[in-house]
Amino acid sequence: MTSTSTTAPVTGATTDARGAPAGASLGHLLRRPETGSFIGLVSVFVFFSVFGGATFLSASGAASWLNVAAELGIIALPVGLLMIAGHLDLSVGSVIPASSMTVAIVSGHYGLPMPVGIAAALGLGLAIGFLNGYLIVRTDLPSFVVTLATLFAVAGLTLGLSVIVAGSTSVALKSDPVTKMVFGDFIDGKFEVILLWWIVTALFVGYILSHSKYGNWILALGGDKVSARNAGIPTDKLNIALYMGSGLCAAFVGMCQAILYNSAQVSAGQSFIFNSIIAVVIGGVILTGGYGSVLGIVLGTMTFSIVNQGIYYTGFDANWASLIIGVLLLAAVLLNNTFRTMALTHATPRAKGKASK
Amino acid sequence: MTTTMTTPLLKLTGINKSFGPVDVLHDISLEVKAGEVLCLLGDNGAGKSTLIRILSGVHKPTSGEMLLKGQPMAFDTPRDASDHGIATVHQFGGTFPLMSIGRSFFVGAEPTKHWGPFEVFDRKRANEIAVREMRQLGITRIDDGNRLVGGLSGGERQALAIARAVHFGASVLILDEPTAALGVKEAAHVLRIILQARKKGVAVIFITHNVVHALTVGDHFAVLIRGAKAADFRKGEKTREEITDLMAGGEAMAELEAEIESYMASHDGHPPQAA
Repeated sequence: MTSTSTTAPVTGATTDARGAPAGASLGHLLRRPETGSFIGLVSVFVFFSVFGGATFLSASGAASWLNVAAELGIIALPVGLLMIAGHLDLSVGSVIPASSMTVAIVSGHYGLPMPVGIAAALGLGLAIGFLNGYLIVRTDLPSFVVTLATLFAVAGLTLGLSVIVAGSTSVALKSDPVTKMVFGDFIDGKFEVILLWWIVTALFVGYILSHSKYGNWILALGGDKVSARNAGIPTDKLNIALYMGSGLCAAFVGMCQAILYNSAQVSAGQSFIFNSIIAVVIGGVILTGGYGSVLGIVLGTMTFSIVNQGIYYTGFDANWASLIIGVLLLAAVLLNNTFRTMALTHATPRAKGKASK
Repeated sequence: MTTTMTTPLLKLTGINKSFGPVDVLHDISLEVKAGEVLCLLGDNGAGKSTLIRILSGVHKPTSGEMLLKGQPMAFDTPRDASDHGIATVHQFGGTFPLMSIGRSFFVGAEPTKHWGPFEVFDRKRANEIAVREMRQLGITRIDDGNRLVGGLSGGERQALAIARAVHFGASVLILDEPTAALGVKEAAHVLRIILQARKKGVAVIFITHNVVHALTVGDHFAVLIRGAKAADFRKGEKTREEITDLMAGGEAMAELEAEIESYMASHDGHPPQAA
């Protein structure tokens, strides 16, 4: 009772005509970083349910966008952490095919056991992540430039080495049944097993960001690098660790793709560069860093994937999907800005009163 | 008790600092005792910022000696200085506007608890402590540590930063122009908080160019002009006008007044017109 009466005046101002208890919960919800992305998700889901009909809502319809969401989501999560820390990682676009090719060459072309190929692929991702982080920490150059450089360098290396080693830009891979089941199979014939890996990644990254001290470090690093360092946070190590995380996740997705499709191509993965940024931004993370949530990133990924795949269930030409994503991205950023302003002004009831009038 | 009152907590002797050929500070000697407010006054470019950076471990002095509790000190990093109990609060206080109060209060020193095999950030405890510490400094409006720092007023952010420094055991608190960006009421609040910190036995170094603010809380005053200490006096030894004159470089002001007077004399008593 007392708690209701103390919170009621403040939240009452944000929700106006609503009753105090409902207003309190709604007010709290509106101030969360993922509110905008939740509204975005619901809107696109309703839109495609109306225009896509029963097939969009069926299990196979759900699988089509969830499978896309899972692959994108595993990359968007660590990229999101990096963006909260104030960085970008464009190199994921070439880590994916590099990792695919590595596992296919090691275990397919040379026929070594799968665990060796997997270790090589993931190790490669960690190494590229380390290189990104190390270069950024040492040179203090913008992460955009450094990861753009590694994006091209790694893409070139992958192409060149694949042709030298395997004599082709596409290598077949026959994986053993256990590996296939764990990394590249379907559940119920529709859902890719990578969906489960996405859930595991989301839980782990969620733990890191919201429930460990490292989450606090990441938020502080994105908020103000110098102050974070002065507060005793090992910012260099943290940066390198975050890049190794995104390298590892991108390599993981590349490896799973190779196992799923039984082959690896040199040119798979460029679309992930922008798609991961779009998913993260729709999810309420700001490009300048310091603010965001894992739930938001997950919702943003789902929103993106629904638009990307849902278009095929409607009568519209699939080319319109990009237009929808463009508009959605802009709307999401504006909406997220509004909610962030609400969260900021929340603590000053006087300013709030002025704003709502 | 008598020893803490008489030995200065922090003592600078003959500090010089030059960046290449540019001399920024010449022969600065200062001391501040526990439970005392030292006001560092000076115009822009007088060397206040450089002096703060030396005290907080950002720069090293070119020559001179720093004694902390009687021990010679040389800080390599700001972290080093804060480990020795020297905390610096900058003009805008909380520098993480998009973090919650509880989170930003504990940046770099997060309280954790165990949850199964995991070590988790104890957000509830962080929020409670942050709110309680702010309350002790007289900020009673904030009751929820989940609120974002960016939603606080300028004075409240200063209070949060000061509360943080005091909580983590700062014995010397350096406040860099804490009232410069604030309105009259807010500034008064921050001054009250400075007195609270002083009452807790903290040695406060209050950097300002507002003479009124300085005179309200200061015990001891030092005026910097062009990198050198122009005056060093205790409360009651100089009037407000004298200090203002000193700071503004009394000569410059006197010259301007003389110019206006001679202009008026030659223009039938009309003051110069603004363009």
